Amino acid sequence: MSLEMQQVFKKTEGLTDKITHYCPGCTHGIIHRMVAEVLEEMDVLEETIGVASVGCSVLSYEYFNCDMTQAPHGRAPAVATGIKRVLPDRMVFTYQGDGDLASIGMGEIIHAAARGENITVIFINNAIYGMTGGQMAPTTLVGQKTTTTPDGRMANKQGSPIRMSEMLATLDSVAYIERVSTHDIKHLRSTKKAIQRAFETQKRELGFSMVEVLSTCPTNWGYDPVESLEWVKENMVPVYPLGVFKQMQGVE
Amino acid sequence: MGKMLMKGNEVLGEAAIHAGCKYFFGYPITPQNELVAYMARRLPEVGGAFVQAESEVAAINMVYGAASAGVRVMTSSSSPGISLMQEGISYMAGSELPAVICNMVRGGPGLGSIQPAQSDYFQAVKGGGHGDYRLPVLAPATLQEMVNLMGEAFDIADQYRTPVMILGDGMLGQMMEPVEFIDRPKRDLPPKDWATTGTRGDGAPRTITSLFLDPAELEKHNERLDAKFKKIAENEVRYETFLTDDAEVICVAYGTMARIVRNVVNKGRANGLKIGLIRPISLWPFPTKPFEDTLQHAKAYLSVEMSTGQMVEDVRLAVNGKKPVYFHGRAGGMVPTQEAIMKTIEEILGGVLV
Repeated sequence: MSLEMQQVFKKTEGLTDKITHYCPGCTHGIIHRMVAEVLEEMDVLEETIGVASVGCSVLSYEYFNCDMTQAPHGRAPAVATGIKRVLPDRMVFTYQGDGDLASIGMGEIIHAAARGENITVIFINNAIYGMTGGQMAPTTLVGQKTTTTPDGRMANKQGSPIRMSEMLATLDSVAYIERVSTHDIKHLRSTKKAIQRAFETQKRELGFSMVEVLSTCPTNWGYDPVESLEWVKENMVPVYPLGVFKQMQGVE
Repeated sequence: MGKMLMKGNEVLGEAAIHAGCKYFFGYPITPQNELVAYMARRLPEVGGAFVQAESEVAAINMVYGAASAGVRVMTSSSSPGISLMQEGISYMAGSELPAVICNMVRGGPGLGSIQPAQSDYFQAVKGGGHGDYRLPVLAPATLQEMVNLMGEAFDIADQYRTPVMILGDGMLGQMMEPVEFIDRPKRDLPPKDWATTGTRGDGAPRTITSLFLDPAELEKHNERLDAKFKKIAENEVRYETFLTDDAEVICVAYGTMARIVRNVVNKGRANGLKIGLIRPISLWPFPTKPFEDTLQHAKAYLSVEMSTGQMVEDVRLAVNGKKPVYFHGRAGGMVPTQEAIMKTIEEILGGVLV
């Protein structure tokens, strides 16, 4: 009896063989994979320069199979601006968490978007600081307990969550912004589509594109991986509604 | 091109372009604004790019990005702005990225004033950013020297993969002098095969980072950087001496201050006083040789600065207790006068100062 083996699924060329350091149930790995797949499918891996940020994704330069530069905390959009202005025909992306992008790097992201920098930002929102051990992020939900909001975030004390996609979408020079989620297969499919659209936007030189991805942090939330996906769906999606917030004409 | 009458800040811009710099990212701050405006106008003409950043923090990180893409890139600022850039400068030192940073110093600390000062000496030569690194610092005293040193600054940056600072002050930035942009011999520089430009079929992906989570690895990186800084200290010392061969009191001054002290030396010599000047051009590495060369006949050294006394510490280290070292300075944007400097020299010679 002969068994003919047929490969139906394989690792994307967009990722290295390095084993990631991410916690079990964290969706960084799956988002990495989708970014890498899109770059591979577009056949631009050799034209791409990624900018890694500070936080859990700090080591993403070891995982993406393309040239990578490590930026200081929050400054990835400025670093990407420098790269893109020098190499306008290359694909340049940043991969940033919520502490990096929405807190310390708020100035850099707003102004890169306002300038309409032709870069793509992959923004991972898990409503907490992961790498430093579960402190409040600007995206932490009201009532959510973290090590620095032990009684839960209170709007009148620690402020309310910042909706980056909505905020950046008000800027005229922004070409494309969509918020997606990783909590089930259906939403993962739309996440990949959004990532595709963002890189296509850059390829067409239409300007700034960003995909905000709702993500999990089982370790710091204190839930198991399955509960964490539930928590995204039940608690994060109502505060961070999914959808396209800006789509300039020509974005497909 | 011939000689042109130009303003100091604009000279820095044209000198950088002459040195092959086509990218500038900056943020306005007095007294160096003419440079930012000059680059905004000139860089598009030479096929480069200029971005007015939203802050000095963003500006230095744009420089970080452009440098990582393998081009010659510059930024400039003045004291409070340079403080904000220290994060990026430390990262660039750690990631070994070449760039030139101009600091046209003004009075401080804090918001200080917009008058010329030399009070950023410590910050420039003793660190400024976090971590174990050194920053090559070049201090021109004339606008023509700005032109000459700019090429050197970019060459040092590229040869050793390090950020390099041009340290001027508000007065040098605002004054006008005739300058000539002359081609200088270029160094044989290593290829920038480390730059992240997209692999383009050119082998394995490259990474630029300053992160070494394993302490043994970071120590190795620190030691490698240190070896590089030692090489810079051996090869990149620059200074000028003026009438030091028989001098009894040797003044030490750099930049704008050196111009004033030179006049003092000339006047003193006319009156029979044996005085001279050591002018460090590289502030780091600090020149020690002119001190060794003059220790035999010098009775004392006098550091003259537009600060409350910063370089004087390096002068003391260079003299190493073998002769007395005195200090004369003004702070806050005030400039020492020739008369006051001369009075201090006369007091040293007369044995009034001990």
